[in-house]
Amino acid sequence: MAFGAFGAAPGAVEVDAAPQRRSPVALLLLLPGLAYLALFFVVPFVSLIITSLQMPDPLGFGEPGRYVNAFRWENYVEVVTTYWPHFLRSFGYALAATAIALLIGYPLAYFIGVKLRRFKMLQALLLVLVIAPFFISFLLRTFAWKQILSDNGPVVAVLQSLTILPDDARITGTPFAVIFGIAYNFIPFMTLPIYTSLERLDLRYVEAGGDLYASPASTFFRVTLPLSMPGVISGTLLTFIPAAGDYINASADFLGGPDTAMIGNVIEANFLRVQNYPVAASLSILLMATILLLVGLYVRRTGTKDLV
Amino acid sequence: MSGLSSTGADLELDAVTKRFPGFTALQELSLTIPAGSFFALLGPSGCGKTTTLRIVAGLESPTSGRVLIGSDDVTATPPHRRPVNTVFQSYALFPHMTILENVAFGLKRTGAKDAYSRAHQALQMVELDHVAARKPAQLSGGQQQRVALARAVVNRPALLLLDEPLGALDLKLRRQMQVELKDIQTDVGITFLHVTHDQEEAMTMADTIAVMNKGRIEQLGAPAELYELPRTAFVANFLGQSNLFTGPVVSSKGDTIVVDVAGRKIAVPTARAQRHAGDVTIGVRPEKLLLHTSDPGASAGVNVLGPGRVHDVSFSGVSTQYLVAVPGVGTVSVFAQNMVSGPVVADGAEVWVTWNVDFGFGLADEPSAEPRFDPDDDTQAIAIAQRKRIEAELEEA
Repeated sequence: MAFGAFGAAPGAVEVDAAPQRRSPVALLLLLPGLAYLALFFVVPFVSLIITSLQMPDPLGFGEPGRYVNAFRWENYVEVVTTYWPHFLRSFGYALAATAIALLIGYPLAYFIGVKLRRFKMLQALLLVLVIAPFFISFLLRTFAWKQILSDNGPVVAVLQSLTILPDDARITGTPFAVIFGIAYNFIPFMTLPIYTSLERLDLRYVEAGGDLYASPASTFFRVTLPLSMPGVISGTLLTFIPAAGDYINASADFLGGPDTAMIGNVIEANFLRVQNYPVAASLSILLMATILLLVGLYVRRTGTKDLV
Repeated sequence: MSGLSSTGADLELDAVTKRFPGFTALQELSLTIPAGSFFALLGPSGCGKTTTLRIVAGLESPTSGRVLIGSDDVTATPPHRRPVNTVFQSYALFPHMTILENVAFGLKRTGAKDAYSRAHQALQMVELDHVAARKPAQLSGGQQQRVALARAVVNRPALLLLDEPLGALDLKLRRQMQVELKDIQTDVGITFLHVTHDQEEAMTMADTIAVMNKGRIEQLGAPAELYELPRTAFVANFLGQSNLFTGPVVSSKGDTIVVDVAGRKIAVPTARAQRHAGDVTIGVRPEKLLLHTSDPGASAGVNVLGPGRVHDVSFSGVSTQYLVAVPGVGTVSVFAQNMVSGPVVADGAEVWVTWNVDFGFGLADEPSAEPRFDPDDDTQAIAIAQRKRIEAELEEA
């Protein structure tokens, strides 16, 4: 047909073949960042690995906190066999909290970023409200929740008077309270990246979806959600990674109890109370490695490189 | 193209009004587009043509009035249940899907079993099957435009809406696409509703053009008909250029009316004039005018204006445009075919302008050139402004 006239038009994306010149200025500007990373990541990381392989000081006579350098890889085997339930619990709680934060954060981000696009003032106001909890310390807010959810607090009283909760039941110290607390604390980290993606979403794609016979629900799952995946991925990572290592919400001083200890609580106890540094260090390394592995699999699976 | 053989359905707009806060985009618009035709809505930006298209697609709902496709009232039907597909101005190809997935999108939503094979077929039609596995960002603008067309046509809608789909292409590609779009429409036989502000595009492609202005249809008809016999000053100047003169009718016997234009008698065929008494505006296309360097004298069937003085000569290859200042009448624009080399007359020459009486037309507008209370609503004022703008552009050139 008539398209033959320019059917052979170049279709491939032309890649700029000219090699990028490396400017010494760029490297110089990179220097503070590299120095920071070396000082505050590489050095502590190496130190942590060394600590994780230490053995008790044979001359320490069982005194706590005295260790000498060694290559005691058995530390790792011991912590895995002892603390695997805490690992599972940590990732389970983090996963649940991430899911809850996503279910709350996505609609919020959608409402602010898409529905309120024409009302810039309202949009700005709601964004400030999303960030507003940061004006108060994380510890104070979690402590406030402890008060609200405590055995003598209003929530338990109301639920007991409605006989939804039995008289001897409590909320704090349960997995529910810990997951709730983590989800609450990370909702802004989930909402903001998703908002950034949705705020740039070209609504003409949504119109095109409707024009091509996709129902609003179908358009959401096939057009809107895939196009906002970069935000969903950053939001879930920003929530899941710190949540897996969280030790405030799960601590018995806050929303948790003895049965809700996460891996962060174990590390904290070993470092600061029991002073069993090799165990704490090997737990930290294992936590880091597991998160890295999970995140790597997740990013590979969701295929961020294919996203725009 | 045996695979794509569905014929379109009639589209009927019945007294459609659309008000946005602060202004009325469409005013009681009624329109019938017969099945299988290529219909263009032509007008300047803000005339309501895109609003009309979006109402037909279901992306906007009318304030009042009805939209019928075939014989079904679809006014309250959501877009995804209308047998309509749109080629968007921005193409709106889904950036996260391959070209093939884009084209198969609509078919898969309607549950077609052979979605991918039909998508390949549609891509073959636009000769882009070899890029089926690529993402839209890897395609050129012209290729994306063809994919957008394939994505809409593959669903065999009753009605295909084109929202200035060629606007983003460069001139040469646009000319090619115009011809090819017309070919496709002839092949598939779907009703096309094409929205554009490019009068040349509308005239090349459409069977019927509706010229829109201020939320209303000014005139509707075949391209040649609109061009040869515009009914309002807006149409006369939006579709090509016109020389317009105003004056009282002094006689209307026989098959011509005679208008007194600043003391000169200009005749217009009665059948081509909308108004036959009082002050009227008459016009003639610049290419119908002939230049004479000496007084041609009065003869039957020919209008003469002059003497006037050429004050601008612009050469454009195929033709030369002369602007002639005629005392008492104003500036008259003349397009002369370059049948000899170089301009026929020089800048500053004294000339007479003549044209065959049969080429003139009389407009339906009130002829007052003075600005009224609300000049924005007046087609004449717009036409005058447009004309001034064109003249200013020509001056600059």
